[in-house]
Amino acid sequence: MLVADPGTAAAWRRFRQEFSDSGPERRREMLRERANQSRTTDLHMIGRAGLGHVGGDMSVLDILTTLFFSVLRVDPEKPDWADRDRFVLSKGHTAGALYATLAAAGFFPTAELDTFAGPLSALNGHPNRVKVPGVETNTGPLGHGLPVSVGMAVAARLSSSSRHVYVVLGDGELQEGSNWEAAMTAGHRHLTNLTAVVDRNRLQQGARTEETNTLDPLDDKFRAFGWDVLEVDGHDHLALYDAFTAPRGERPTCVIANTTKGRGVSFMEDRVEWHHKVPSAEQIVAASAELAR
Amino acid sequence: MSAPVASVPETFDCRVAFAEELSALAREDERIVAVCNDSVGSSNLVQFQKEFPDRLINVGIAEQDMVGVGAGLALSGYIPFVCGASPFLTGRALEQIKADVAYSQSPVVLCGMSPGMAYGELGPTHHSIEDLSWLRAIAGLDVVVPADPAETRSAVRWAANAARPAFLRVGRFKVPAVTGNRPFTFGAATTLRDGSDVTVVAAGTMVSRALDAAAEAAEQGVSVRVLNMSTIAPLDEDAIRLAMRETRGIVTAEEATTTGGLGAAVAAVVVTERTPVPMRMLGIHREFAPTGTTAFLLEHFGLTAADIRQAALALAHTDA
Repeated sequence: MLVADPGTAAAWRRFRQEFSDSGPERRREMLRERANQSRTTDLHMIGRAGLGHVGGDMSVLDILTTLFFSVLRVDPEKPDWADRDRFVLSKGHTAGALYATLAAAGFFPTAELDTFAGPLSALNGHPNRVKVPGVETNTGPLGHGLPVSVGMAVAARLSSSSRHVYVVLGDGELQEGSNWEAAMTAGHRHLTNLTAVVDRNRLQQGARTEETNTLDPLDDKFRAFGWDVLEVDGHDHLALYDAFTAPRGERPTCVIANTTKGRGVSFMEDRVEWHHKVPSAEQIVAASAELAR
Repeated sequence: MSAPVASVPETFDCRVAFAEELSALAREDERIVAVCNDSVGSSNLVQFQKEFPDRLINVGIAEQDMVGVGAGLALSGYIPFVCGASPFLTGRALEQIKADVAYSQSPVVLCGMSPGMAYGELGPTHHSIEDLSWLRAIAGLDVVVPADPAETRSAVRWAANAARPAFLRVGRFKVPAVTGNRPFTFGAATTLRDGSDVTVVAAGTMVSRALDAAAEAAEQGVSVRVLNMSTIAPLDEDAIRLAMRETRGIVTAEEATTTGGLGAAVAAVVVTERTPVPMRMLGIHREFAPTGTTAFLLEHFGLTAADIRQAALALAHTDA
């Protein structure tokens, strides 16, 4: 099991403090900058490893950054704190984005990112809770995160804990039936302490979601299963923040975050081939320059 | 008239012992919860539900969800007993068992109710004879098959304390008491009858039949050892090696496919030793069952005491 990096964790704490002390413009700038730094980190990880899911990583990074740097009640130095909020990355193939985020928050040293996907690295191509602090359950096969998160939300309620469970789902992943079993359970049990975030970039591995197996109207589907639904721009950090922290009603909340696969790198944006294509050294330089703007 | 009939021992549905012990544990430890798939009745959870309505999570007919929810509870400090008919629990939710339970090391107790061919006439869709093969292949998952009510109780208590990903096969087909209240010892075979010619390694419903077979073989001058192998994975390899040294052959008997269950596990030990012994593997050989009661099907597939005795005698009479 990797261990926390106290210096980075302290910096993360300062970031969280400054965020809560700041007005909207500064908040937006802070999260935008942080997310783009993680994008650059992730591109280099993928370049070094020669593998990864770059399109989805770029798509989900604003969601992950907003959660870890402004919303989640977690402590990188106490990853087992019983009353922490739970975060589950159901789309486990975007592990690179999660690792970049967790390292930036101090859950483990950033130097560890250099080992991503290397022999015997703790940082497998899909996240492993036994090795990586901040990972709550092992994901990778799709359609697993929501049922486990429902169990976590049921547990929080049984324990009379105010902790909240956030789970990030890929949109293509919603073609797996297990999600709808769990969505039904969450609606039936009025799990107000559960928020599912759909990274709605409209692309899956091989094609557009709507050309493969139609998901729309996704909001109506979740509503029909007993959920409240919020739809936001998944790259607008403050809109995400508001959706994640809005007062909850009597039902679980689904945040449909409209995103662009490959976001932030012009030649990757909304292009299906960048699902798991590996950028060349030159492309990483060009992409990093775009992200530094 | 007819010959005097030996007294028929009383037989028991292990689900009753399972449910009583689970409720008893729940009274002692509030971390104990039950998760089921519309199987409150068939998993004998009616009493549990009455006593602990909040701690019985019935997700409806949704096994993938059921196992995932169990994992979420386990990862939050609860001790979930996830109960469903074994064919659906293991077949429908196999990937959840692999990823959410075993690989994630979430201490869920998977309770495969009415396993084997307990649902006789309902047919192969409702039989769970593949479970041992499937689950034995998964790293880090304990596979436990209690032989009678006492051992079922003891195994339930072990599972609650062990905090390990585990699968318990909880029998519905009635069996006599055979373990004599010896507590379940995880990972250890128990010798229910010693013998020097042949060893029968049995699990679950086959244990009482193996004991009957040994008694009958003794009348024919063959001394049969009976091992109750209630932990299929990890296997008590030492007990197998001892049997190889002290007896001349091994018969395995299981209400499951022989493809990867108890027989295959024992064989893997036997063939990798310097001096293997002859074996007979009783079970179901990659076949779907025809229509019939459980008792009929056990006979159909050669899983009676007479079949076990015959296999043991054949090995006893094999020249080493």
